[in-house]
Amino acid sequence: MERIASAVASRLVIIVPYAWLLFFFLVPFFIVFRISLSQTVIAMPPYTPVFDLAGGLSGILEGMREFSVDNYVWLTEDVLYFNAYVSSLIIAAVSTFLTLLIGYPIAYGMAQAPRSIRPTLLMLVILPFWTSFLIRVYAWIAILKPEGLLNQFLITIGVIDQPLIILNTNWAIYIGIVYSYLPFMVLPIYSALEKMDHTLTEAAQDLGCTPITAFWRVTFPLSLAGVVAGCLLVFIPAVGEFVIPDLLGGSETLMIGKTLWNEFNSNRDWPVSSAVATILLLILVLPIVYFQNVQAKADSEGR
Amino acid sequence: MKSLGSIRRSFAPWADPTSKPFISFKNVTKKFGDFIAVDDLSLNIYTREFFALLGASGCGKSTLLRMLAGFEQPTSGEIILDGQNLAGIPPYRRPVNMMFQSYALFPHMTVESNIAFGLKQDGMPKPDIAERVAQMLKLVKLEKFAKRKPHQLSGGQRQRVALARSLAKRPKVLLLDEPLGALDKKLREETQFELMDLQQQLGLTFVVVTHDQEEAMTMADRIAVMSQGKVVQVATPAEIYEAPNSRFVADFIGDVNIFDGTVAATEDGRVRVETAGGVPIRMASSEKLSTGTRAAVAIRPEKIRVTREAPQHAPLNAAEGEIWDIGYLGDMTVFHIRLKDGKVIKASSLNAVRAVEDPLGYDQQVWVSFGEDAGVVLKD
Repeated sequence: MERIASAVASRLVIIVPYAWLLFFFLVPFFIVFRISLSQTVIAMPPYTPVFDLAGGLSGILEGMREFSVDNYVWLTEDVLYFNAYVSSLIIAAVSTFLTLLIGYPIAYGMAQAPRSIRPTLLMLVILPFWTSFLIRVYAWIAILKPEGLLNQFLITIGVIDQPLIILNTNWAIYIGIVYSYLPFMVLPIYSALEKMDHTLTEAAQDLGCTPITAFWRVTFPLSLAGVVAGCLLVFIPAVGEFVIPDLLGGSETLMIGKTLWNEFNSNRDWPVSSAVATILLLILVLPIVYFQNVQAKADSEGR
Repeated sequence: MKSLGSIRRSFAPWADPTSKPFISFKNVTKKFGDFIAVDDLSLNIYTREFFALLGASGCGKSTLLRMLAGFEQPTSGEIILDGQNLAGIPPYRRPVNMMFQSYALFPHMTVESNIAFGLKQDGMPKPDIAERVAQMLKLVKLEKFAKRKPHQLSGGQRQRVALARSLAKRPKVLLLDEPLGALDKKLREETQFELMDLQQQLGLTFVVVTHDQEEAMTMADRIAVMSQGKVVQVATPAEIYEAPNSRFVADFIGDVNIFDGTVAATEDGRVRVETAGGVPIRMASSEKLSTGTRAAVAIRPEKIRVTREAPQHAPLNAAEGEIWDIGYLGDMTVFHIRLKDGKVIKASSLNAVRAVEDPLGYDQQVWVSFGEDAGVVLKD
């Protein structure tokens, strides 16, 4: 009896995450996908067909005949969307690279720090999350604007005499993304470095490596799973980022999150914005699948 | 082919005052904060020697090895290797290689690349690397496992890869930190002999750190017994076992019965000791001991006889007691015999025949006795 109960319990435990994914990912995605196949109308809701359960199965089938891929065709016809996707990918890639450049040394330093102060360092990395994301991005406006803190400081110490124009450029977006997503880069790399056996670097040095070559031949390859995880955790949300380009970026900054927002709210074109979102998801699925593979490979190697 | 045993028997450079030590620790001290890990230690190790540092954990033996490898710097004193002062030389420029206790194999590399790691680092030409790696794989009998990753190997195979990797660069000295610690007993015993053969074959100097006295006794030409950062005794395994220079060494290596007492008389190379338990002992000793000083007599269990009848020399070197415990180990039997004053003596006897008529049993009254050359007299 007990055994059956525990078998049922273990099934239930597995069901929870799947149910979560079903209700909060798959179902919403199908709603979005379904809207992307619809036509825009001036109505409430602003698209057609709208299914009515009263019509029964035949009513639903009738409605499904109205589905079309026109919106996807439209996306290929207007170069704006293509440019927005490409520009988003480039901005996300550059930001991810910059985040890695800054995040790796931080994670490395944390992993090398004495065991007793590591929890404090970890806490400091997570600390910014205790303030609202929006407030922190707004704070960057105050820092970066021409008469802002940064320019005042640089002019005071005499490095520059004209204020730097950073706000409303892509640089402001990079700064915003790097700052906001840094913990997502630091934490997986730290976790990979922290569990690494430090005698491996000693062994490398014993076999003739200087500390620097030991890092590149042993430490870095072994932290690669953490690097990949961190890069994806930054890259994926950065591609669809809306708040940071909207607040810090300029009017000419083209990012797909902003485009989507405009379609949805300004143009009230739900079907096209749904198509934009669906394509974005497909673009991002590829790196996620890659990430899964790397992760599975790392697991099978017992690290 | 010359037998390895015959080479070994004649090998004793430490006894020759003209031979130059290969490795010299000179008054080396290492402190970690307030803790003194190695305390003003001096030690010489000779070319082609298989040298063991033996001691309990925390005695400083690993620190000594790590200083030789270059991972720790001595607080004071100097280490000379082949005429070169090692001070300030980083690990990657020392002509020594280390086999780590955890093996420290690179998990992202195959067996082959692990072994080639140091050679590649030195910029050896590719064909030479391939040749050397093949040679090493053959040496440790892992030819079939060249393409495997460390996690696909058994513990014993990993140990061999670690050994091959540390030997690949042909170091002047191989340092081994608890090399067999992670292996099971049977494999450990096999590997001990393999290591000895390998060392002879390659003509290298091996310095091994171990807490396992059996391992040290089997493999080493000489053993340094360490305690609290100091070397207590450096000698061959036989000397360490049969002629320990202190109570600590006698007690640390193997089993021993120690009788405390005072010196009652000395006569041409023999000492009379009156023990606390009332057993009068006469023991051969080269130590100069004056009458009335405190001394201890250490006697190994296998040198104690257990008989039903009193021996002829009783009561000298003999005592009466009863059998308290019997441990049957297969090859031998260990008796715990409780003397009249409550002291428990360990005696072991070889089971030379398969069945003994009327064997000694629990609670039997017996005599324990020993010869005049069975033990050593130690100054307290």
